[in-house]
Amino acid sequence: MYSSSMRNNAAETADWNFDDLPEQDLSLYVHFPYCVRKCRYCDFLSFPCGENDFEAYTDRVCEEIRFRAGQLPGMRLRTVFFGGGTPSLMQPQQAARILQAAAESFAMAKDPEITMECNPGTVDYDRLAGFRQAGINRLSFGLQSMKDDELAYIGRIHTRQEFLANYAHARKAGFENINIDLMSALPGQSLADYEETLRETLALQPEHISAYSLIIEEGTPFWNMYGEKTAEGALPLPDEDAERAMYYLTKKLCMQHGYQRYEISNYAKPGRECRHNLVYWYRGNYLGVGLGASGMIGSRRFRVTADLEKYFLTFEPQEVTALSEQDKMEETMFLGLRCRRGISTDSFRRKFGMDIWNVYGPVLEKYERSGHLVCDREQHRIRLTDRGIDVSNIVLADFLL
Amino acid sequence: MKINQDHIRNFCIIAHIDHGKSTLADRIIEKTGLLTKREMQDQVLDNMDLERERGITIKSQAVRTVYHADNGEEYIFNLIDTPGHVDFNYEVSRSLAACDGAILVVDATQGVEAQTLANAYLAIDHDLDIMPVINKIDLPSAEPDRVAAEIEDVIGIEAEDAPRISAKEGINIEAVLEGIITNLPAPSGDPDAPLKALIFDSLYDPYKGVIVFFRIMDGSMKRGDRVKMMSTDAEFDVIEVGYFGAGQFIPCDELQTGMVGYMTASIKSLGETRVGDTITSAVTPCAQPLPGYKKINPMVYCGIYPEDSAKYEDLQDALEKLQLNDASLFFEPETSLALGFGFRCGFLGLLHLEVVTERLEREYDLDLITTAPSVVYRIYKTNGQMVEISNPSNMPDPSEIDYMEEPYVSAEIMLTTDYIGTIMDLCQERRGIYLGMDYIEQTRAVLKYELPLGEIIYDFFDALKSRSRGYASFDYEFKGYRESKLCKLDILVNHEKVDALSFIVFADSAYDRGRKTCEKLKKEIPRQLFDIPIQAAIGSKIIARETVKALRKDVLAKCYGGDISRKKKLLEKQKEGKKKMRQIGNVEIPKKAFMNVLKLDEE
Repeated sequence: MYSSSMRNNAAETADWNFDDLPEQDLSLYVHFPYCVRKCRYCDFLSFPCGENDFEAYTDRVCEEIRFRAGQLPGMRLRTVFFGGGTPSLMQPQQAARILQAAAESFAMAKDPEITMECNPGTVDYDRLAGFRQAGINRLSFGLQSMKDDELAYIGRIHTRQEFLANYAHARKAGFENINIDLMSALPGQSLADYEETLRETLALQPEHISAYSLIIEEGTPFWNMYGEKTAEGALPLPDEDAERAMYYLTKKLCMQHGYQRYEISNYAKPGRECRHNLVYWYRGNYLGVGLGASGMIGSRRFRVTADLEKYFLTFEPQEVTALSEQDKMEETMFLGLRCRRGISTDSFRRKFGMDIWNVYGPVLEKYERSGHLVCDREQHRIRLTDRGIDVSNIVLADFLL
Repeated sequence: MKINQDHIRNFCIIAHIDHGKSTLADRIIEKTGLLTKREMQDQVLDNMDLERERGITIKSQAVRTVYHADNGEEYIFNLIDTPGHVDFNYEVSRSLAACDGAILVVDATQGVEAQTLANAYLAIDHDLDIMPVINKIDLPSAEPDRVAAEIEDVIGIEAEDAPRISAKEGINIEAVLEGIITNLPAPSGDPDAPLKALIFDSLYDPYKGVIVFFRIMDGSMKRGDRVKMMSTDAEFDVIEVGYFGAGQFIPCDELQTGMVGYMTASIKSLGETRVGDTITSAVTPCAQPLPGYKKINPMVYCGIYPEDSAKYEDLQDALEKLQLNDASLFFEPETSLALGFGFRCGFLGLLHLEVVTERLEREYDLDLITTAPSVVYRIYKTNGQMVEISNPSNMPDPSEIDYMEEPYVSAEIMLTTDYIGTIMDLCQERRGIYLGMDYIEQTRAVLKYELPLGEIIYDFFDALKSRSRGYASFDYEFKGYRESKLCKLDILVNHEKVDALSFIVFADSAYDRGRKTCEKLKKEIPRQLFDIPIQAAIGSKIIARETVKALRKDVLAKCYGGDISRKKKLLEKQKEGKKKMRQIGNVEIPKKAFMNVLKLDEE
């Protein structure tokens, strides 16, 4: 089994040079679309289903990995991420088979980061130990809230108590790198409610915290309740001031507890940044396998079909986008600037053969003047300030050419 | 073909909007056999797409058809289509002057409406014989007898024998055709007198030059004749004469007394062939021109700017091209601090303005920013001078102004009695002077008001429609200038005066308008990265203020499984929104705000 070769300690992020991720390095995203049931805010690709489908799906994912590897000779796998859906519904044995397929198909880096999204209430100690043994060394818990009424309202299947039990199981099973996902601006949520969730989470000392706001997406049950206007009887959404207060509170409390905000909505203890996500932001190569998964290799982005029947028939990607130099420049900016480290002007020149100031001079100057962006001329880096991060959508939109 | 003058009928069809004028015209053309059914487009007379969409006729047009009457004779029908909107009243009056009779179409379900009345009176003023026709009798709610009685009561013309038809279903159209022969007169006019022809429209053709549409009152015109325009004394050699087929020009040798037709003479500009002018022979001119000619002036002005300043010259080209066919369109270069280089354009009315801007955008593919429309104010200065201004930026310093005048119209509003109170309130709000009210029947009345033109050019019509639930109709004509207490209201965005948002307003409503304008702008301007104060000022005095609060944080969305395309779409949407903005100082103002800001009656 592959797990025998795995080490547990988290490698220093410092080993990584995100400004110039090597071309032969690869990350792998594995999509597992099944859920116990769909949450009321969720518009991602997932559907409820029976356990007997998992085996066939796992087979197919393994085949897909092998097939893709044939097209990508000589690449080295540095991170793996099981996302969903609810990947923690799969059997440890199935996760092990997928990792085995990956290890056979690619050269494995020394200290790979292998994450699995885990929904509280879908696991117990034995399963977590099994995942750990399969080679998974990082867990991402979709906690969202510590309040049972909030959890029930947004359609999560777990309770606070179940989460706390699972978290303890995870530690006991040897997971030393754990993320907890939180969600603010939930229906009926007060600032005090959110603060309790946040403080209780921080008390657990996870290595990483992701904090998002609830977004009402079209096509979800919440859209019917909140999309156009709030339906009668629906718990009201927090107003803008409350939402902003939650956002600032997250930043403040996380910093006080020794976390750094390394990306717009991600906080980590030093060295515990999610490297897999940083690969997305710094435009490293990543392969997406499984239903509807996205990937980017070299100058192409692609997406696997979202049709389950088709997925079993063909590995032909549903969508392939060839990126122009301009696309790549835009992505470099609007993805890289999400991160606290920002982007390296030297790396920009190396990648595009052009000085960043020739391409983005006026925009950079404009936002530098307004205090939304800092150009560190000694370190040759450009990054957003906290104020810039607060309104990143407006600022980053200006980097589209 | 020699045509007997007795066998010519020149007529128009007049009606309130949607009462079926164009449909009846189609039927007449169809039944007179000039066109097969297959050739018929839905509404033959309305050539321009825009006209078809709006269901109105913008330019006068004419068509000649041949009718084989029940008595076995052949008759020439010249059907002259008239514009259906008050903006084009002068053109309407000239078209009517080219006719001898009119068919008045009245909707059997609606009865007499404001424009029915206005058009009927206009026709009577031009000594036309009127034949009423009651249309839409196929509809279940049709009340032809009631409507016939109403026509007799309200307009005072015989309507008992009016043909009851359905133009849409083709019912009883023959009665209309026979009625044209028996009820409408043949042209009078002296075939032996010197040429006297009335210009009722013209069209610019890139190959032939101006094509002049006219009706011969006396004498005749043939190819090679030397003719003279009596208002300008310009002379031309006639190259081609002819008449109007359906949608085409059919050349002929000669046009005789009573005929309607066209001529070309290598005329370069529409300015030389003014609607209402008289064409006569340069060799043996007639003694007097036909009455009724006047030079028309624009009533409504606004600034038109290209969204992209690089398109300034394209805009100029487009305006020049439109002007070739629209002598009443006026424009001159103008500069705005906020909007850059553009044009101040003058129009006959708001509809004319909308039609022109729509054509510029549609046919010439230009993206425009239009400023709020303005009327022409007269400013009497303390030094005795009078200046006319249509651009608020040109308003002299208040210390130099003795007094000001603004244009007034007299308006007739026809409505059901339920809405008299609400509509009187509306007129009162718009500074209307009540002139009187006539009951047409128990449930309907005509309200008469004098209203400042400046109060009705933005949204009066919309307000009227919404407050009366569509049961009021409206017509107006220019009355004259009246002294008025006016002042200029400036709008400051982020402490900078935005000249394109200034407007002239009645002094007593300045505070109210200032406040509402700020509120409106607050809704129009999206939140940006800093607080944006919006202020209204008279001179240096701030009279109203609102603030667009800064956007301080956006939502934090999760990026699932490296799906970057979502992020990019979000940013593209953000960027797309920016394109609809105009940068003023460091504030971005949506382009539509410049026009929307005065539409205050929206509740």
